[in-house]
Amino acid sequence: MANDRPLNQMVTAQWLLGGESIYWVAGKGWSDSFAEGTLYVDQPAADAALAEVQEFVKQRVVVGPYLIEVEVDKDGPKPTSARERIRAAHNATFDIDHGSWTARIAD
Amino acid sequence: MYRYDQFDATFVRERTEQFRGQVARRLAGELTEEEFRPLRLKNGLYLQLHAYMLRVAIPYGELSSKQMRKLAFIARRYDKGYGHFTTRQNIQYNWPRLDDVPDLLAHLAEVEMHAIQTSGNCIRNVTADHLAGVIPDEVDDPRVWGEIIRQWSTLHPEFSYLPRKFKIAVIGTDTDRAAMRTHDIGLKIVRNDAGEMGFAFYTGGGQGRTPIIGPLVKGFVAKEDLLSYLDATLRVYNMHGRRDNIYKARIKILVQSLGAEEFGRQVEEEWLRIKDTVLKLPEAEVARIRSYFAPPAYETLPAYIPEFEAKKKADADFGRWVRANTDVHKVDGYTAVSISLKPVGAAPGDATADQMDVMADLSDAYSFGEIRVTHRQNIVLPNVRKQDLFDLWTKLKAVGLAEPNIGFVSDIIACPGLDYCNLANARSIPVAQRLSRRFSDPKRLSDIGELRLNISGCINACGHHHVGHIGILGVDKKGEEFYQVTLGGSSAEDISIGKILGPAFSYDQITDAIETVIDTYIDLRSEPSERFIDTYRRVGIEPFKEKVYGSSKERRPAAE
Repeated sequence: MANDRPLNQMVTAQWLLGGESIYWVAGKGWSDSFAEGTLYVDQPAADAALAEVQEFVKQRVVVGPYLIEVEVDKDGPKPTSARERIRAAHNATFDIDHGSWTARIAD
Repeated sequence: MYRYDQFDATFVRERTEQFRGQVARRLAGELTEEEFRPLRLKNGLYLQLHAYMLRVAIPYGELSSKQMRKLAFIARRYDKGYGHFTTRQNIQYNWPRLDDVPDLLAHLAEVEMHAIQTSGNCIRNVTADHLAGVIPDEVDDPRVWGEIIRQWSTLHPEFSYLPRKFKIAVIGTDTDRAAMRTHDIGLKIVRNDAGEMGFAFYTGGGQGRTPIIGPLVKGFVAKEDLLSYLDATLRVYNMHGRRDNIYKARIKILVQSLGAEEFGRQVEEEWLRIKDTVLKLPEAEVARIRSYFAPPAYETLPAYIPEFEAKKKADADFGRWVRANTDVHKVDGYTAVSISLKPVGAAPGDATADQMDVMADLSDAYSFGEIRVTHRQNIVLPNVRKQDLFDLWTKLKAVGLAEPNIGFVSDIIACPGLDYCNLANARSIPVAQRLSRRFSDPKRLSDIGELRLNISGCINACGHHHVGHIGILGVDKKGEEFYQVTLGGSSAEDISIGKILGPAFSYDQITDAIETVIDTYIDLRSEPSERFIDTYRRVGIEPFKEKVYGSSKERRPAAE
């Protein structure tokens, strides 16, 4: 049951200039890497972090910060939702670097 | 095609510079995101999952080779080397940077293109039959009227802040290749009993969470009254459309709540008040715009070209491609060629910059430099001599552009889905890729016959799932992707909304489920020529449901 799990959250946003997904690293700043993002295990701490990063919105560095749910297993933290997993990968899930026109994927 | 006059050119250039100033103010901190957002959306710029996305208008789906080359240039310089052609006959770039967008728009303006009104609660890009002007049984050319509507609706002061977005499509034949009745206003060019040309207004159609087939609100509006009747329709909507609930704000909800008859009465009342004012279309202006769509210099050719017929017989692959990817042309000796943007395993609607350049070159060589984008996310060269088809096919084949699958199950409509879109619940493109691989054998495709498979990553239905013979809708279940299947939809003249087959499937189950549906159709069809949609309409949904879900509990999908 989801409710039995500890609540882990992370602050995410997008760079203003490029729109890339970024993650808040407490005491350091923003990282493009989800793995480096700071985990908040209680709601007050997560809310405080979200309030803290509003300054970066005012400074026109980032857009639209919000909290995401994160689950932690033996491999480390990962976003709970498919949406956030795709965001964290910074790309479409199919091969576009070789031209999606001719890309072939395994079934 | 239409050419900008000095007014158009100045207007688009000034608009680009205005947006350059708005971007600069945003970056300088003079505009907050809340203030900037409606401004960027008015210029077609979204902030999506990974990056900004720019939607560029392709009015009524028509492009010149020069414009296509510019789209390729932009894909290379400002994106990752490709673009995505959409179900609204537009192109979207998935990766531009905010500070590059003003320059990108300036490049577009050089070739008479822009991104104005490709977003926001305004009248969006007008779409049309992709075979406009070349199909034999046309009452009139929809592009002429699409252009008139484009000019009327661009920055229309009264209709720039409608309750919700507004989409208009125009067709000129009984065959509907533009999903006309799924639009806020669908216009069908018709003749009345006196032989005069005019428009049938199908008003209040739409897809999204409330799919509605647009009802006929007025059977004949004379051509000179087109703009006044459009104006009256928009005015009634603007006045009475709901602004308190985004899900009930489209005109379809107003038409349904009033009833088509009462809605029509209110429009009529307004129309009678304004029809003889400045909105009456002068014949000279129509003729001026029509002159831009004059037919190219066709040669006088025989309808039957022996060498072409011989090559079709001699080369089975060529013959298959001709059967699937060409349409009858109104001029003897010519044909309209569809270039499938759905090769096996590809992202539907995507084209790389190199491929855009190739298509531009081939349109110059074989189609008077003219190109169309279809709402099914393919490209059309509308004026190709039959005697050139073999050479064209050979060149397309060399660059992987000769997939013979137009109208078949692998000719899939797919929205960008959760790979790109902020609104999506589930991925569309990888599902399309898997299905396209599963149904990659041309002989199997041909045996299955006409089958429209449409995929949307969310209920907004950009992938037209409601009107696919088979529709797939991505849904979110506790953060995971699932897929609901609908059967029996159609966007053509036999339009219908698909019915839900049953519980949703996981990402790993959906390909098998669709194959079961198709195998069931093969078993059930009365003869090989009975199309999927006709079999479905004859037998109903139950036989499909039984085959897909079976009767035992363990065969039911996990999402139930």
